[in-house]
Amino acid sequence: MDKKQEKQKDAGKILIEELNQDEKESATHKRSFWNVITIPLLAILSGIIIGAILIAATSTSVYAAFGQSFGKGITTAFSEIGSAYASLFTGSIGDPVRIFSALFSGDKEQIYKAINPFLESLVQATPYIFAGLAVALAFRAGLFNIGVEGQLFIGAACATFVGYAVKGLPVYIHMPLAFIAGGLGGALWGFIPGFLKATTGGHEVINTIMMNYIAFRLTEWLLSGPMTRPGSGGMPISPLIEESAQIPQFFPSPIRFHLGFFFALGFAWLIWWLLFKTKWGLNMRTVGTNPRAAKYAGLSVAKTTMIGMAISGGLAGLAGAIQILAVNRSMALGLSSGYGFDSIALALIGNNHPVGVVLASILFGTLRNGATRMMVVSRIPIDIVDVLQAIILMLVAAPAIIRTIYRLKEPKEEETTVFVSGWGGGQ
Amino acid sequence: MSTSTQAIKHERIYEISPTRKLVMGIIEIIIGAFIFFVFVQTVSGAAKTTFVMTPGGIDIGKVGNWVLPTRITLILLAVLALIIGAYQLIKGFGRSTNALVGLCGLFLVFSFLTWQTADQSLNLAGMLTSAVLLAVPITLGAFSGLLSERAGVINIAIEGLMLMASMVGALIGSITQNAWIGLLGGILASVLLAGIHAVLSIKYRINQVISGTVINIFAAGMTAFLSQKFLQTNQALNSPPLFPRIPIPGLAHIPVIGPIFFNTNIFVYIMFILLIIIQVALFSTRWGLRLRSVGEHPKAADTLGIKVKPTRYMAVLLSGVVAGIGGTFFTLGSVGRFEEGISAGKGFIGLAAMIFGNWTPIGSLGAGLLFGFADAIGSKLSLLGSNIPAQFMGMTPYLITMIVLAGFIGKGHAPAADGEPYEKE
Repeated sequence: MDKKQEKQKDAGKILIEELNQDEKESATHKRSFWNVITIPLLAILSGIIIGAILIAATSTSVYAAFGQSFGKGITTAFSEIGSAYASLFTGSIGDPVRIFSALFSGDKEQIYKAINPFLESLVQATPYIFAGLAVALAFRAGLFNIGVEGQLFIGAACATFVGYAVKGLPVYIHMPLAFIAGGLGGALWGFIPGFLKATTGGHEVINTIMMNYIAFRLTEWLLSGPMTRPGSGGMPISPLIEESAQIPQFFPSPIRFHLGFFFALGFAWLIWWLLFKTKWGLNMRTVGTNPRAAKYAGLSVAKTTMIGMAISGGLAGLAGAIQILAVNRSMALGLSSGYGFDSIALALIGNNHPVGVVLASILFGTLRNGATRMMVVSRIPIDIVDVLQAIILMLVAAPAIIRTIYRLKEPKEEETTVFVSGWGGGQ
Repeated sequence: MSTSTQAIKHERIYEISPTRKLVMGIIEIIIGAFIFFVFVQTVSGAAKTTFVMTPGGIDIGKVGNWVLPTRITLILLAVLALIIGAYQLIKGFGRSTNALVGLCGLFLVFSFLTWQTADQSLNLAGMLTSAVLLAVPITLGAFSGLLSERAGVINIAIEGLMLMASMVGALIGSITQNAWIGLLGGILASVLLAGIHAVLSIKYRINQVISGTVINIFAAGMTAFLSQKFLQTNQALNSPPLFPRIPIPGLAHIPVIGPIFFNTNIFVYIMFILLIIIQVALFSTRWGLRLRSVGEHPKAADTLGIKVKPTRYMAVLLSGVVAGIGGTFFTLGSVGRFEEGISAGKGFIGLAAMIFGNWTPIGSLGAGLLFGFADAIGSKLSLLGSNIPAQFMGMTPYLITMIVLAGFIGKGHAPAADGEPYEKE
């Protein structure tokens, strides 16, 4: 008994030394804000350039113009790209001319309408923030949560159920209740793969993907069976949620900007505080970056894995809940447009830091919102956003490529932000 | 990491952990009990199950129907599962544990069918034929993963590779109106993407799971983009010719087996040919030994003069070839046109099949067939007038995957250096 305790004490000392060393190292060459942000910014820039090439290369009118003359081809290509990105901008931020004229006219309604594209981008960013935080938190604990999509579906289904089945509660009880229900649903869906990993070693990457498919089937069954809207004729859609469960929107329709955006910011702060200001967060990050040292220090890797996955899943569930309670107000199958994979990109581009995740989420919300308009105006499929996302993600994950292209100096030490183990468990 | 622990870790001992032995035994017992208490108890003693053993639309290799006494068949299956489970709990099956869990899974599936078909008839041969077809992309996905992971590169990009191959296959097949050229185009597209995965994970040493995810996002976005831009607006670009069914002379006339395995799609033949090629190449040639040594202990392999990085590049590109064949199956072998997300997670299930199959070709095929069977039942269930929602049957492949993964990983199963980038010191 004594020996064991002593051993643990030693191990604890080693851990503390190791962590201190980390701290010292980061203090000696602490990376400045610009250092941290250069790579993501250049990656985004490169993504936009490659996107432009893709737009021009898949446009039949560009080819037709090249058939006439080279110069005409080039100008057509640039005008195509220009009009596409212009519509992306006006669709996501707003038309500057319109905004200014609205401001000068002083008409409230005009102003709301003019800045609606920007507000809508924030609406789109809201679930992204939750989903991105989910993946980032899991990464910090050394876990790869590809199951955000499924957790989001389950969370949305739980929030919807509480939203329409519970009646007669005041807003300040019903709305939080539905919101929390969503989080708990997602947490359960995240906990299962975490539990399987901790107890049986089943890798969370495969298990979360499987849980995604199970979640889709389950919600499909729920929405066409037990949770279906009366009179929908077998269409997989839920009843509308009660008014008391709705998260309020600030402006009259069609402006959808809602209180949930500030919930998202609040949760980002909460996760930052948990990760970086509490002992619990330190333990979790230690398990994530150095499971061996964590084990020696007497930290339970299994427990961290389970809790980490549950919290991560809970955040993903909240993403679904907020989308139902604030925007959709009922659940249908087309709820998510690939939040699962998007959120991985968000976490990595945001350097797995809550602030980074919020910024990346606003960027992607803007892109996606603008792409909708780009699709209408320039007939460019919205999926181009996925392509851009993949390219940006690739460049952020492999900073060496960016450094080669833009001739940046090599850093003194390769920064590793993500530690994901292979199938063997990595310990 | 000290070298001594490294050496111990790299010894391949097929040792099954006690937890795993216990869990698998319990699963087998549960299967037996489930068959007994749910299926046997709800069936009358006089019920008969009729299985039609000739697939529809085929006139060679005809056989009579199988008529089974439902209750006795079910009891037999339940008892067998219970015996296997008990033996697993008491003594354990060692290396054959996976195979026997798979067998019990098969019992469960088969008894479910028998139970559902009580006093009805079901075209079992037709179902098996479609099961084999459904197993093709899963098995090829597993083979693809196997090639790359045996060399130490985790490849979760298979889903994306397949998706890209299926779209390019459809596009090029439609333009040339030649399924073979379409197949080639699909393979090429998949190899290109696999090349990106290889460069990212071998040259730039980024996390292989993330690199695979990049490829998956890229493929999903790119195929959707191109298909909306061209394939959907111009249907002529999305109507590739299908590979016809090719009966193999002689073999196709064997009853039951003939129609299922020897009078079918060319992709099924490719699957079996690849099984033999990969098995022999990996385990009976010098080339295979080198590839595996790179996946097990790259440092030692390097010391012996094996070029680690080129070997890994080759393995990942070959993995791309196989995934490409699997991807074109969707458009050129089965559906006949490209739809967004047509691969529907088959690449990921393929990875699970590879893990279930202990990183061996034979095991991968067995797991692939099991998953294919579960899939086939899901799609045929509504024909039986079952009151079980189709969605629940649709879940079974994924549930089975999760159950079989429990405890499969670790302890001398995965290649030891799987997922670890290699850098010369």
